[in-house]
Amino acid sequence: MKKNDRSIGLVKTQYFTFAEPPNEMVLQSGEKLGPITLSYETYGRLNNDRNNAVLIAHALSGDAHAAGRHKKTDRKPGWWDFMIGPGKPFDTDKYFVICSNVIGGCKGSTGPSSINPETQKPYNLSFPVVTIGDMVKAQKELMDHLGIESLLSVAGGSMGGMQVLEWAIKYPDFVKSALPVATTSHYSAQAIAFDEVGRQAIFADDNWENGNYLDRGVTPDKGLSVARMLAHITYLSEEGMHLKFGRKLRQKERYGYDFSLDFEVESYLRYQGQSFIKRFDANTYLYITKAIDYFDLVLEHGSLQKAFENASAKFLLISFTSDWLFPTSASKAIVRALKINKKTVSFCEIPSAYGHDAFLIEGAEIKRLVDGFLENIHKHECRKK
Amino acid sequence: MTNQEKNTLRTDQQRIIDLIRPHSRVLDLGCGNGELLCKLMHKKAVQGHGIEIDVDSIIECIEKGVPVIQMNLDEGLGDYSDHSFDYVILSHTLQVVKKPHLILREILRVGRTGIVSVPNFGYWKVRLQLLFKGKMPVTKTLPFDWYDTPNIHLLTIKDFKLFCKRENIDIMDQVNLGVNRGKMRIGNVFPNSFAESVVFTLGKKAGP
Repeated sequence: MKKNDRSIGLVKTQYFTFAEPPNEMVLQSGEKLGPITLSYETYGRLNNDRNNAVLIAHALSGDAHAAGRHKKTDRKPGWWDFMIGPGKPFDTDKYFVICSNVIGGCKGSTGPSSINPETQKPYNLSFPVVTIGDMVKAQKELMDHLGIESLLSVAGGSMGGMQVLEWAIKYPDFVKSALPVATTSHYSAQAIAFDEVGRQAIFADDNWENGNYLDRGVTPDKGLSVARMLAHITYLSEEGMHLKFGRKLRQKERYGYDFSLDFEVESYLRYQGQSFIKRFDANTYLYITKAIDYFDLVLEHGSLQKAFENASAKFLLISFTSDWLFPTSASKAIVRALKINKKTVSFCEIPSAYGHDAFLIEGAEIKRLVDGFLENIHKHECRKK
Repeated sequence: MTNQEKNTLRTDQQRIIDLIRPHSRVLDLGCGNGELLCKLMHKKAVQGHGIEIDVDSIIECIEKGVPVIQMNLDEGLGDYSDHSFDYVILSHTLQVVKKPHLILREILRVGRTGIVSVPNFGYWKVRLQLLFKGKMPVTKTLPFDWYDTPNIHLLTIKDFKLFCKRENIDIMDQVNLGVNRGKMRIGNVFPNSFAESVVFTLGKKAGP
């Protein structure tokens, strides 16, 4: 690994607004949406040849803040800080790295909690349902706005990986390489089931108010935190939970024989739920999980093989051994489709006990893989010029 | 290319480079750290693809710019369509797979030409070790003790040839190798005893 990887330091979120009426963006559902604002961050510099841009796509609860800190006193850096920065795999000394919050999001991009300019009230459930395809289409507008003519790579894990696949399929000439990490071409029934329970938890909260909680000055905290607690279990593995918590009790020697708090794992999940409600919007959770559930390349293209027929990017797929939400078999199915189409594809399953969350946890393997892959793509693209 | 880099290839791999036509599509089964494919990509401008099971080796391939897929060869090559490669290479790997006959069939289904190198268990030093020491032989090409060897299907050149005959495989070329001596003369007369390893070029015989 490289010797001097360091933090990108202080960064700032920026905003780009487009699709002003009457030129609204037509969504996959056929509905129109506009104006649309995307929040985004960039790290590093776009070179003169404009061929060093890398787009990072975030997962369900992620945002544009992928690296560095907004303020020196921020407790945590951006969500993929160990991957992005000077000397890191997404090396900001070499690449111009962009990350944007998806449409439908609640971190600066237009979503259900945004103000509808027509009514001057939050959209709430009148916000149209968006898809992974819509997220990518909006990102393409941002790329055009930034003067980017091609992407050296698109990378992302989980729902971010779905966007990577969508990018490679919808804009084959624009995308030189694709890094789908811990992802799938379509969610399994089991995975959709977990999303549905999360949504039902939100619906069941009296404060949800049929989606109009912002107008009433309340928030469905209980529902959203239960949704998060449940989802969080799906991001871990049995082995990982056993290693981290086991049956350890929380600050006590013996059972309390009540329902306050006994186990470490309970405390951990409650903490996850509580911290999530401070940073996430319940309606956004409904919309984004729906977008994930709807994503299905097989349904859209007839078969996976057909889906990748025209892709021209070089692919590196990464999965993790203990990830049962986006299992290795899902990555392998994509690899198979790419192989049949004679595309250039690499695939590695990294051993890990961290479950689906593994892609967000610093590890030597993922760093070396991404670093080596990008560096070779970069060399190749520079030689062509 | 530095000398150090050159020396990391085994003799059989160096011979394999000579056998491959430029600009062809090459699949290397059990490609290790990707050294051979990397050389082929640079020297012969081939489209190289590797299959490997070990994560550290895969990372080294990626760092070299060699496309590689993590896969267990014992599962077959079902995902690749017929004749999708000009060459499929199996270098010093036949003896570690569970079902050598299946992998050879797959090689000639997926590739137009198969290039298979095998360490020769009939090599005189191997024979002498077994004869005089009465112990499982350990040589440069077969460096493992019996209890921790990946080699589960050791064979002699004669075995391989009989096998090809039975499987209707055409041996189009045979390069006999002795360690550190490149092509060896006596090995060419009695390869089953004097070649330490052999590189075979294989094709499918036309149907009866």
